Amino acid sequence: MGEKKPLIKEFTKGIIKENPVLCLVLGTCPTLAVTTGVSSALGMGIAATAVLVCSNSVISALRPVIPNKVRIPAYITIIAAFVTIVQMIIKAYAPSLDEALGVYLPLIVVNCIILGRAEMFASKNGVAASALDGLGMGIGFTAALFIMGSIREILGAGSWFGLSIPIISSSPMLIFILPPGGFFVFGMLMAAANKLNSKPVKKQKDINCAACPMSGNCNKLKEGKECG
Amino acid sequence: MSLTQLAGIFLAAILTENYILCKFFGICPFLGVSKKLDTALGMSLAVTFVMVLSTAVTWPIYTYILVPKELDYLQTLVFILVIAGLVQLVEIILKKYMPSLYNALGIYLPLITTNCAVLGVTMLVLDKGAQDPSFGYIASLVNAFGAGVGFLVAMVMFAGVRERLESCNIPESLQGLPITLVSASLVACSFLGFNGIVDGLLK
Repeated sequence: MGEKKPLIKEFTKGIIKENPVLCLVLGTCPTLAVTTGVSSALGMGIAATAVLVCSNSVISALRPVIPNKVRIPAYITIIAAFVTIVQMIIKAYAPSLDEALGVYLPLIVVNCIILGRAEMFASKNGVAASALDGLGMGIGFTAALFIMGSIREILGAGSWFGLSIPIISSSPMLIFILPPGGFFVFGMLMAAANKLNSKPVKKQKDINCAACPMSGNCNKLKEGKECG
Repeated sequence: MSLTQLAGIFLAAILTENYILCKFFGICPFLGVSKKLDTALGMSLAVTFVMVLSTAVTWPIYTYILVPKELDYLQTLVFILVIAGLVQLVEIILKKYMPSLYNALGIYLPLITTNCAVLGVTMLVLDKGAQDPSFGYIASLVNAFGAGVGFLVAMVMFAGVRERLESCNIPESLQGLPITLVSASLVACSFLGFNGIVDGLLK
């Protein structure tokens, strides 16, 4: 597979068309939890991207060796190893980021984006295609986190990357930093993505659920229902 | 640890530290299976069970094996493998004895492994134990059980909200997940109101 399809497509699809957060609705937990500020959102995005690229390439390279029956535990072990490495690097070089992300950093292991891509893409495609797929998905994830983080920090704290913004910072809307604000901004962003997607590409509606990395074993898809 | 303190931990885990609505753990199943009341109930019972079981196993492993051998950097790796094994066990048991529930939970059952709530609770209780030495094994188990019940409360409550949403007239681009998230935001708002209630009740 993969040889005939241009590799660049594997890279770009994750950023917009199949954006893991806004279109596939994967990895929602970190999306909501670490986006109270732009810098922690960006840090989480970069850490997850690094893990995704490494785990996708290694899983793809090892795919002839891993027996089908134990593939999920094998994937999780590989992912956990890379997460531990990233965690150690962040602890050593960016301790403030480590503090900001807290328990959500080791929780990258259970980020559905990473296992989802391993299961649906890396286990079926070559190393180069898998690495690019991981990079694209990672950048799409980082971009979504960055947008969410910007909105929440600007409205909720009146600052951006810690720099206070004149008018808003005098009376920020605290609720945007609290949990309800996270759900609300996420809902609104998804509505905006729906609005943008529905007009120019009408066929998109059919792809929507089939594009989900879990579509292979999704009961709802077999029943002809929409996901979620 | 006195019984009052344990009750406080239990109530706090349900109300003020609700794993879904305040800590954003386990959002995927929260959005995925909260459409119907019975699947929501089955899923949260499975999660609660796995949570308590995995805390019961990982706590001694961490305290008595990893820390003395200075292997605590392996925490993530060891914990996720233990949880994966336990989930497999629950899956086999359900498949054999409760096939209808197994079919209803479908895709989400193996995904309990990747449910951040389960891994999150095993790690957070250790963090709490590191800050406060009196927070021992029993307190950790109570906390894990409370987190599971909190998960259940949020799921069941939200399933009720979603059933009502179905009959509403919703603007086109908000249909589906966006309106679900907006209503989740309102439910989370109501949980903010519990801040401080646990301390008030028990002191």
